[in-house]
Amino acid sequence: MNAPFPSFDMAERPEQHLGNGIAVQIDHVQKIFETRDGDEVIALEGADLAVPAGEFVAVVGPSGCGKSTLLSMIAGIDSPTSGRILVDNKPLIGPNPRTSVVFQNDYLLPWRNIIDNVLLPIEIKRLDTRLYRQRAEALLTQVGLAGFGGRFPSELSGGMRQRVAICRAVIQEPGLLLMDEPFGALDALTREQMIMDLQNLWLRLQNTVVFITHGIDEAVFLADRVIIMSPRPGRIDMQLEIDLPRPRKWNEIHRNPGFTEAVAKVRGRFEEQGVLKAG
Amino acid sequence: MAGTLQDLAQDDLASKSDAGLRRADRLRRQRRRATLEAVSAPALAFALLAVWQICVPLFNVSAFVLPTPVDILARVVTDYRLLLTHAWITAAEVVVGFLCAAVVGILVALAVFYSRMVERAVYPLLIAMQTIPKVALAPLVVLYLGYDWGPKLFLSFLISFFPIVVATVVGLKGLDRGYANLVKSMGASEAQVFLKVRLPAALPSIFGSFKVALSLAVIGAVLGEYVAAERGLGYLQLQANANFDVTLNFAAVFVIALLGVALYSIIIVAEKIVNTRQGART
Repeated sequence: MNAPFPSFDMAERPEQHLGNGIAVQIDHVQKIFETRDGDEVIALEGADLAVPAGEFVAVVGPSGCGKSTLLSMIAGIDSPTSGRILVDNKPLIGPNPRTSVVFQNDYLLPWRNIIDNVLLPIEIKRLDTRLYRQRAEALLTQVGLAGFGGRFPSELSGGMRQRVAICRAVIQEPGLLLMDEPFGALDALTREQMIMDLQNLWLRLQNTVVFITHGIDEAVFLADRVIIMSPRPGRIDMQLEIDLPRPRKWNEIHRNPGFTEAVAKVRGRFEEQGVLKAG
Repeated sequence: MAGTLQDLAQDDLASKSDAGLRRADRLRRQRRRATLEAVSAPALAFALLAVWQICVPLFNVSAFVLPTPVDILARVVTDYRLLLTHAWITAAEVVVGFLCAAVVGILVALAVFYSRMVERAVYPLLIAMQTIPKVALAPLVVLYLGYDWGPKLFLSFLISFFPIVVATVVGLKGLDRGYANLVKSMGASEAQVFLKVRLPAALPSIFGSFKVALSLAVIGAVLGEYVAAERGLGYLQLQANANFDVTLNFAAVFVIALLGVALYSIIIVAEKIVNTRQGART
C-alpha cells in the first residue's frame, strides 16, 4: 500500500516487457479513408517504424498527418489498408491485451465513480476486480488523488480526470502504452505537471510508450526518440534521438543546450515542411 | 505592542463571528427558499381548485353542469368500489401496452442502431408512420381486433411505441465514438461495449421516453375504451355521459389522472434505482 508503485500480489504476474526485442514494428503501413463522396484520402503513406521494448517514442506532426490514425492502428481498433503491424512480434488482429491507450479526452464514464473507472479494464477482461482495488487506490494516491476513489468524474477538474485516465491505462502494467495527445486539452500549468508526472511514472514502469503530440517541447522532453511526420499524405519524415540524462527536469531543461538544439531541429524541420513559418 | 496584539485578536474574533452570522443568515435564506419551492406546486394546485370551488356557486352554475371539486372528491369516495373495478382494467391495459412498447421499442431501436440496412429501410418508415394520428386508427383497430383486450392493448402499445424507439436510437447514437473505441482497446466485445457503455449512456434518454410513453399509453387505453368496451374507466365515462352523470364522469377523469401519476412515479423510482445501482456497482 505504501510502496510507490505496488507490484502485483496475484499469482500470475505479467512479464515486465513485451519480449526483449522490438515491441512495435510497422511495415509499409498505409491507410486510405473513403470520404462520403467516394473520394479517397490517403491518411498515411507507407510508414515504417520499429520501436524497441522499453523505449519512449514521441510522434510529432501537423494536424491531419495521420498520427492518430497510426496510433489507433497500433491499438488494434483500426486496421491498415495495406502493410502490417506487429506488436510483441505478433501480427495484430484486434487489440492486444498488454496494450493500453490514453486519449486526449479522458473518456471517464460519468456514471461510475473514480475507482470503478480505474477498474474498468479489469472488468472488461473479466478478472476479479477485488484483487486490483488496492492497486487502483495506490495508483490514485500516487497521482495525487488519494481519497478521490468514491467521487464521480464530474466532481474533478480536467487535469485530475486525465490523471484518472492514466491510472486506468496502467492498472495492469501495460507493456505498451499508447498516448494520443493526452495533455492537449489541459491548461499550460497542469500540462507541465502532468509531463513531469508521466516521466516519473514511465521511469518506474519501464514500458514501451508511443506518445503522440503537437507539442515539440513535451515530445523532446519526454522521449528517447522523436519521430517527425510530414503533412498529408502522412509519412515518417525524420527521426531524432534525444540523448539527455534522466530524470529530466522541466524547469532546468530549457537551459540545456542538448534540449534547445533538439527543439530547434524539430522546429526547423517543420519550417522546411512549411508547417511553421520561419521568423 | 501588547495593545495592538489584543486589538488584532479582538478584530479577528469579531470578523470570525461576523462570518459565522453571515453563514447562518445564508443558510436560513437557503432553507426558506427550499421550503417555498417545495410547497409552490401544491399551493398553486390548491389555489386553482379553490377558485373552481368558489366560482361554481358564485356564478350559480348548476351541479348538474359543473360539479365542484368537493363534490367530485365525495363521489370518488362513495363510488370507490365501482371506480376501482374499472380502474384495474384500465391500469392492466396501460401497463401491458406500455411494457410491450418498451420491449419491442428497444429491440427495434437496437436493430436500427446496429444494422445500416434496417436503419435505411425501416427507420424512415417508422418516422413517417409517426405522423399518422393514432386516434384515427382506433375504429379500424376495433374492426380488426374486436371488443375485448385487443384494441386497448394495441392502441396503448402503438401510441407509446414510437417515442421509445426514437429516443433509444438517439440515445445510442449520441455517444461519442471515443468511448466505444476506448473500451474496445481494452479488448471488449461488442456485447461488453453495449452493456458497459452504450446502454448506460442511453439510459437517461430511454427513461425520458418512458415517461412520455407512459402518459401516451394511458391515452391509448382510454381511447380504446371509448371506441368499444364493456369495462374500464373510459367505458365508465361513456356510461356516465349517457346518464347525464357529470360528477361520475369527473370522478373517472380524476381516477385516470391518479393512475397516470402513480405509474409515472413507478418509472421515476425505477430510474432512481437503476441510477444508484449503476453508481454503486463495482
